Amino acid sequence: MLSKREKDLIAEVWTKLIPVAEDIGSDALTRMFATFPGTKTYFSHLDISPRSAHLLSHGEKIVLAIAEGAQDIDQLAVSLAPLQTLHAYQLRIDPTNFKLFSHCMLVALAAHMGDDFTPVVHAAIDKYLSAFAAVLAEKYR
Amino acid sequence: MVHWTDKERSTVRAVWEKLDIDQIGPEALARVLIVYPWTERYFGGFGDMFTATAVLNNSKVAAQGKVVLKALDRAVKNMDNIKGTYAALSRMHYEKLNVDPDNFRLLADCITITVACKLKGDLSPQTQATWQKFLSVVVEAMGSQYS
Repeated sequence: MLSKREKDLIAEVWTKLIPVAEDIGSDALTRMFATFPGTKTYFSHLDISPRSAHLLSHGEKIVLAIAEGAQDIDQLAVSLAPLQTLHAYQLRIDPTNFKLFSHCMLVALAAHMGDDFTPVVHAAIDKYLSAFAAVLAEKYR
Repeated sequence: MVHWTDKERSTVRAVWEKLDIDQIGPEALARVLIVYPWTERYFGGFGDMFTATAVLNNSKVAAQGKVVLKALDRAVKNMDNIKGTYAALSRMHYEKLNVDPDNFRLLADCITITVACKLKGDLSPQTQATWQKFLSVVVEAMGSQYS
């Protein structure tokens, strides 16, 4: 359950990240590949070396989707419908990996925002990312 | 037994030397309590933890956070025998404190995020990977006496 204050905070944080979507998204992915090498198996068709064109564009896509969802969290199930189908039926990514990615996204945000990534912001973003992941995993079975 | 390369040893040591235990400990423990509020069950005697501000200003949380990071210092100094180093502590958390060992992982994740807030870009993806490998060995050791 996200409070109104948390929803506002989440939207504010992600809006600020839109201009640096490429950097944040690719950093989070690079962190995930380094810390949890098993996650690389889903990207065998892409060049995932740090700062590669594929990585930057994929990272940007992810951050923009998360930022867009943050604008109206109550409607996540609707706004993420196309991504739900994509992940469940085409990409077939084991949903356990969403948790690993969420953690690495939190670390990327902490490294980017420093002390502005306060415990209160951290808690709100953690809740939002787990809600986002739960919606993505909804159609799996 | 975990095998550590020289590079991994020096990476863990380098991260550790950049940290102020008295700052990271209280903040990391506060983050666990704020982000995963059900962890408060283990700190019933700590008084007011009703809001994030109360947790952050709670002197008992701060003191306990320092204790936790001092214990982590022992792992940094005994990287080849982390399991042995934590045997008694693991037993205490199991038999006396009844702590669900999954909480050690939650705390480890919050420690990493707190470290990232302080070191920023210096906690590179590769450094993070080594640091989390170290913490996962600590988490495993803390759960080793649950049987």
